[in-house]
Amino acid sequence: MARVVVDVVMKPEILDPQGQAILGALGRLGIEGVRGVRQGKHFELDVDESVSEETLHRLADTLLANPVIEDFSIHR
Amino acid sequence: MTFPGSLDDRDALRAVRLAGAEPVPLWHGEKWLSDVVAVVLPGGFSYGDYLRAGAIARFSPAMQSVIDGAKNGMPVLGICNGFQVLCEAHLLPGALIRNDHRKFVCRDQRLRIENAETAWTNQYEAGQEIVVPLKNGEGGYVADPATLDALEADGRVVARYLGDNPNGSYRAIAGITNEAGNVVGLMPHPEHAVEELTGPSTDGLAFFTSVLQKLVGIPA
Repeated sequence: MARVVVDVVMKPEILDPQGQAILGALGRLGIEGVRGVRQGKHFELDVDESVSEETLHRLADTLLANPVIEDFSIHR
Repeated sequence: MTFPGSLDDRDALRAVRLAGAEPVPLWHGEKWLSDVVAVVLPGGFSYGDYLRAGAIARFSPAMQSVIDGAKNGMPVLGICNGFQVLCEAHLLPGALIRNDHRKFVCRDQRLRIENAETAWTNQYEAGQEIVVPLKNGEGGYVADPATLDALEADGRVVARYLGDNPNGSYRAIAGITNEAGNVVGLMPHPEHAVEELTGPSTDGLAFFTSVLQKLVGIPA
């Protein structure tokens, strides 16, 4: 068994309204110097060693992320 | 088609009936689509919008049959969450993201019908203005500029928002169609505007009479 992490974030050119809301809240906390926030998703998968890189890429590309609007990275 | 979390499936059935067709309730878990000749994917929050709106419904057993049918010319209309499912299923290009102003929008919305030749809009006139309810939290239509240019060039923008943009949709796009014109995705809700008693207008009914005209040539 191995822990695989898949991180998904909106593509840079796609507006991220949630990130903007967080950025606004940081201002109200009195924190300065944060110029931008992009919110994403973090998946932790427990997978058998037999699961191939290709399979992991396919599950990220078809279900965990929507490649039309999101980029993903896989960390095994 | 009813998914777990669908809201507007009954209104869609009612709109089909008021248009003069026989509505058939479908369940997402049944791969067999009965003997239906067209499918409406309704609004709501299938699977609670978990992961992304429409992302999990897209893999339901019935959706594989819908995808196969759509590719063979079966008329499919996705409204709101149904539009999101169609985009997730790659039957339509682009995606729908959270409204740019971050608030849920619920109002009667003016639209312009841009393409009156699809299976679902042939009873409108091109350029016709209609009013139907709009209610969404993730209704911002986005796609890359090349895709948007292609949609515009091919006349595949079906409807556009008039007045101020309600959700940040690129180029004020409210609905699009596939190349064949049998699959239409729409963020506003024509099924809520089919009779005077319950809707702001009856402007939505022609979506449902259009598909009758397309399938059996019954004049509206």
